[in-house]
Amino acid sequence: MHIKRFFLISGILSLSAAAAIAATATIMSVQVNKAELRDTPSPFGKVVTSLAYGDKVSIQSQNGAWSQVSSSGQSGWLHNSALTKKTIVMKSGAGAQTSASSGEMALAGKGFNSDVEKQFKDNHKEINFAPVDKMEKIKIPIADIQEFAKEGKLQAAGGAK
Amino acid sequence: MNPRHLTALALCVLVAGCGTLEKISEVGTGLASATGVISEDQAKSINKSAGAIDKASESMTPEQEYYIGRTVAATILSRNKPFDQRSITTYLNTIGQYLAMFSDKPETFSGYHFLVMDTPDINAFAAPGGFILVSRGMLRCCKNEEALAGVLAHEIGHVELNHGMLAIDKSRYSAVVTTLLAEGAKNLAGSNVAELTKVFEGSISDITSKMVNSGYARKYEFQADKSAVTILERAGYSPNGLVAMLQQMEKQLKPGGHDFAKTHPAPADRIAELTKLIKSAPAAESAARQARFNDNMRGV
Repeated sequence: MHIKRFFLISGILSLSAAAAIAATATIMSVQVNKAELRDTPSPFGKVVTSLAYGDKVSIQSQNGAWSQVSSSGQSGWLHNSALTKKTIVMKSGAGAQTSASSGEMALAGKGFNSDVEKQFKDNHKEINFAPVDKMEKIKIPIADIQEFAKEGKLQAAGGAK
Repeated sequence: MNPRHLTALALCVLVAGCGTLEKISEVGTGLASATGVISEDQAKSINKSAGAIDKASESMTPEQEYYIGRTVAATILSRNKPFDQRSITTYLNTIGQYLAMFSDKPETFSGYHFLVMDTPDINAFAAPGGFILVSRGMLRCCKNEEALAGVLAHEIGHVELNHGMLAIDKSRYSAVVTTLLAEGAKNLAGSNVAELTKVFEGSISDITSKMVNSGYARKYEFQADKSAVTILERAGYSPNGLVAMLQQMEKQLKPGGHDFAKTHPAPADRIAELTKLIKSAPAAESAARQARFNDNMRGV
């Protein structure tokens, strides 16, 4: 009887602990333009879905520098460098004024942005952005990179950290 | 509210937090005031400013770093034209984007991108956000893929460690925060854009003059070499390639040159530091790697 009661109480306690953890699950935001959610904590993991700048994710677990996250019903892995604890506000609105520099919130598209770049270009006609625009488009497909590593017999130590 | 009040408000908001720089500064100023070097009031004042600066630099998002990086790269590329040869551009980006995956900062706002500059000077620049430029002169110091990977890993190290952004004068960070605070939730008005552009121009100038003229502090170069060793080892390249490249660079650098001869520690000093870090034996030569290196470097 005592044993039963003990298990009952422990059960209730663990349930409440689980509920407490669920209630305080860490929410983070994607701080890069596009982040690929992968099925394993590796840059070579299969892409589950793509997340956009400002998307919120719920952290489920950690593995080295990778976080297992869920977002809009999908789950996968992201490198921590794609994430911030700050809430990214995509549009101006209520609350943004007081929190603009509280350190807990970042306003997307504020500060140095495309308007500032445009003004800079107007002030400095001698600086040509065309090579940078071209450079930014260079993205080697992940399959080509994998093939390149294989052909060159590059043995990565335990995959990317 | 006048601008002075806004600045004061910005500082009050910012000082509320307790940042790393603040703590470091507290230790330093604590020692200094205990030993009578500075007064307690002076120490308090220094600690307060350090806290404000620390919080302000945190306010710079990867998105803002991206705009700074683009403009720094465009500025450098306006002085050094790009070397438009598809094979070397693809080869450089394949190695570079592969290496970046193994850094502690594989994700930047728009990813890592690499381009060759058409100049015989021995130079390489890492603009914030991952825009990396390497000169033909630098490529000519590389005799194999390991050496080239060493050059790129060192530059990725600078991005990972935020060295470009750290070259921005601290006062500019506070200026951005103050402007944003003044702006609040409103859309950017014309005057704000003009003010921010001034701060932006100043930031670009801080970074480019540091990179092109004075060079980073020696400790930053050694830190980037240390990051490079980690990245190369994780990626399966021998970091000895970086040492071999530096040995070659030592032979090719012209004293008094306006390139690495001016902005970087002497190759011998970097080799001495690197040798302490490298534990792995030189990797076995790979015929496939050497063949593709020779192919892609043709014309460089």
